[in-house]
Amino acid sequence: MSDTIKEPIVQFIDVHKSFGDVKVLKGIDLDIKPGEKVAVIGPSGSGKTTIIRMLMTLEEPTSGDILVEGNNLWKMSKKGKQVRANEKHLRNIRGDIGMVFQHFNLFPHMSILDNCMTAPVNVKKEDKNEVRERSIQMLERVGLGDKLNNYPSQLSGGQKQRVAMARALVMRPKIMLFDEVTSALDPELVGEVLEVIRDIAKNDDMAMVLVTHEMDFALDIADKVLFLDEGVIAEQGTASDVIEHSENERLQTFLRRFRSV
Amino acid sequence: MIVQLFWLYYAIPMLFGINLGSNWWIGVIAIGLNYGAYLSEVVRGSILSVAKGQTEAATALNMSSFQRMRLVIFPQAVRMMLPEFGNYTIQMLKGTSLVSLIGLTDVLYYGDIMRSTNLDQAPLIYLLVLVMYFILALPLIWLTRKGESISKKGVASG
Amino acid sequence: MNYWSWETFSEALPMVLQGLGITVGLTFSCYAFALLFGFVWTFLRRIPNKLIHWIVTWTMEFIRSTPPLVQLFFIFYAWPMIPGIGVTLSPFTSAILGLGLHFSTYIGEIYRSGIESVDKGQWEASRALNFSVFDKWKKIILPQALPPTIPMLGNYFIIMFKEVPLASTIGVAGILHMANTYGARNWAYLEPLTIVGIIFLLLSYPSAILIKKLEVKMNTRFDKKAALENVKKGAVM
Ligand SMILES: Nc1ncnc2c1ncn2[C@@H]1O[C@H](COP(=O)(O)OP(=O)(O)OP(=O)(O)O)[C@@H](O)[C@H]1O
Ligand SMILES: [Mg+2]
Repeated sequence: MSDTIKEPIVQFIDVHKSFGDVKVLKGIDLDIKPGEKVAVIGPSGSGKTTIIRMLMTLEEPTSGDILVEGNNLWKMSKKGKQVRANEKHLRNIRGDIGMVFQHFNLFPHMSILDNCMTAPVNVKKEDKNEVRERSIQMLERVGLGDKLNNYPSQLSGGQKQRVAMARALVMRPKIMLFDEVTSALDPELVGEVLEVIRDIAKNDDMAMVLVTHEMDFALDIADKVLFLDEGVIAEQGTASDVIEHSENERLQTFLRRFRSV
Repeated sequence: MIVQLFWLYYAIPMLFGINLGSNWWIGVIAIGLNYGAYLSEVVRGSILSVAKGQTEAATALNMSSFQRMRLVIFPQAVRMMLPEFGNYTIQMLKGTSLVSLIGLTDVLYYGDIMRSTNLDQAPLIYLLVLVMYFILALPLIWLTRKGESISKKGVASG
Repeated sequence: MNYWSWETFSEALPMVLQGLGITVGLTFSCYAFALLFGFVWTFLRRIPNKLIHWIVTWTMEFIRSTPPLVQLFFIFYAWPMIPGIGVTLSPFTSAILGLGLHFSTYIGEIYRSGIESVDKGQWEASRALNFSVFDKWKKIILPQALPPTIPMLGNYFIIMFKEVPLASTIGVAGILHMANTYGARNWAYLEPLTIVGIIFLLLSYPSAILIKKLEVKMNTRFDKKAALENVKKGAVM
């Protein structure tokens, strides 16, 4: 990681989110520095997915601000006034963010290679040959160099998820979001996907936000761990801070449940 | 549809005081209006049934809403539409037989004329007419079946 | 050019309505025929013989993809001319046979999808319990296969109702036929045909709503997917 002054690349300022009457997030404040690896843990339904979906612009916050490199994601100024962001504004910022989904969401009508190439070519208007080369390299990196022309339906879950990661990486985002990317996989396929994430975490300098139930893995690679509970960040710090020195009763209970499994 | 066809046949010249020149256009309007509605429903339905995750993945790759439609949603929706399209086109083909009733000279019309001069040849004549319709429908049947197997692959729906 | 006349309208109304009984009666008769004959197709197709399967499948395909109008003509005009087996049928009977047969191919397809949607384990269980073939179908398979198809079958009722006026072309005196007769007699077609259109709207709209309700009810009771796949949409002419 570089040593320039670390302005946060992502900031959440008092972000609230409700679905109908249900208050899911009740004031989230959060800084993510460039290159920082953040693991988000917490009980089911605590709002982990919601946090990263808001950052990916798939969900709009009810109130509060999300800043990406200092730009307000969901608001823009128009004639001196702050108004709701339009699609153009979202697109400008969204280019820095990539996401890997729990259920892969590969495009079933495209080959693996085309899945990787379509966005750089069509969205970023990059040179097709250059993109092809980069995509092939990326697919080789995730161990799928021999499957370039296969279709998603011909792959195992673990392979699909590795393609999904390659597809996101080819876009060269500054921030990568992972939403429980192993929880739809058979147990024996989890390892291969975690290995790829570990590799990315070690070798790429993008920031990563990782929602996961793979506790040991998260604690191993994360610079910072957030424990989300009842709509707020109940605990945060380095892995050892959170695990060993926290006195938060609910966090201890939560961790114990994983240890005993 | 037969009611609409007759209705248009009498209503258009009377209500608008115009003659469309031939009954051809009355047939086109009656059949077109009927199936246009069904086909647009097919298009709408297939677009809506492409899984939500596809739109989200396309958004995460920063595609514009036009690109999402062009590159991700529509190519999958088309695969789903194929069988329905084949199917409705068969229905439409069958429907065209009605235009003989307003005097358009289609296969059935000639069949009827032939029958009225050779009453005892009726079985052969109508069988021939049926077979002609069937031959026209064969490529559509093929499209429908092929479309079903295509749409099973290559589409994420849900 | 004469335009719309309410006088003609009220004069034509009673005459057109005279045909209503026949139209509705024919709809029910055709529907009953199609429901019954649908079973015939379904079971013929289950005969484990490649040749029979092939013949039945393509016969259904043939009937389904050729115009019911021509089929009506065939049964009414051509059937009596066939040496040996030909008999003259009344227009009403011809219509039941023609339209009923046409739609039975669709109904058979619905039954099939219902049967295929019954879980494989159910077949194995009924074998394990040593049911007779008859009991297997009566007690295990059909009670599970048929209920989910009810909304679709209902849809076909409406579709058939709209199709029944075809029978006027061979002289069945339903509402369309009455309207045309009135038109020919008084040289005023627009009003009686409008009446026919209104009657169809009035009758099919409430039934459509009814069936929608039925569908919602069924969907909550049974697996949504069951039986709704692979069934071809209906003929609407
Ligand atoms: N689109 C939505 N509409 C209504 N409620 C929603 C929606 N999305 C999420 N919720 C609710 O918000 C809460 C938080 O959901 P979220 O998916 O963020 O939880 P999570 O922490 O990711 O849980 P899990 O570990 O099970 O994935 C849940 O109670 C969920 O029911
Ligand atoms: Mg989640």
